[in-house]
Amino acid sequence: MRVSIRLFARLRDIVGAGDLQRDLPSGATALSLWNDLAGEYPELLAYRDAVSTAVNAEYARMDAALADGDEIAFLPPVSGG
Amino acid sequence: MADASFAVTTQPLRLERLTSLLTTACEQSEPGAGAVVSFIGMVRNENQGRRVERLEYEAYEPLAIKAFERIADEATDRWPEARLAVHHRLGTLRIGETSVAIAAASPHRADAFAACRYAIERIKQIAPIWKHEFFVGGDVWVEGATADPDDDAARQDAMRRACV
Repeated sequence: MRVSIRLFARLRDIVGAGDLQRDLPSGATALSLWNDLAGEYPELLAYRDAVSTAVNAEYARMDAALADGDEIAFLPPVSGG
Repeated sequence: MADASFAVTTQPLRLERLTSLLTTACEQSEPGAGAVVSFIGMVRNENQGRRVERLEYEAYEPLAIKAFERIADEATDRWPEARLAVHHRLGTLRIGETSVAIAAASPHRADAFAACRYAIERIKQIAPIWKHEFFVGGDVWVEGATADPDDDAARQDAMRRACV
């Protein structure tokens, strides 16, 4: 399955892009995708316990199962206001 | 955007848009509004000893709107007659500019004050918005709370601050 990935703020800076596409095996979760990315970009490891995720623009848990066409966002700690 | 209760925008914020939205909406309700409390957040010239020059805000826009709606729903659960409007600015902001504007309307002032305070506390916890601070000598992404709308302890903390 193919998914799109959105990255924000410092996560985007680390990866060097805010929008990515990835082909994933069936059974992939937000967590497995995050771990894949952190393997490619080790600076992401600092966010392991602080990252939030959203699937199709709804907050989700890291164990959320992914489906073809999903948009998965990874969100560093927020600082609005 | 100007007519939406919940919005993110690169345009300068105008508080009177929010208050007029709420007072118009409350004309249809019974009892109507007897109080409107507003909050604006501004870009401060100093942060943690750094001389701030400007901020650049970004958001995951569709989720930010949903977060504002969720916060308003939470406020209505606690203060059923309160109504909220929230506009958050994106893009480059200079010192003194308004980054967030919140208005809360209610038949009585106590609920309006509480709902307004609750909204800004929750925005800081769960709105997917980030500020990139540019200061004299460098820049840094400001990182506050790990966003988790289902974190009940965070929600209770916001409620405590709202009810002081």
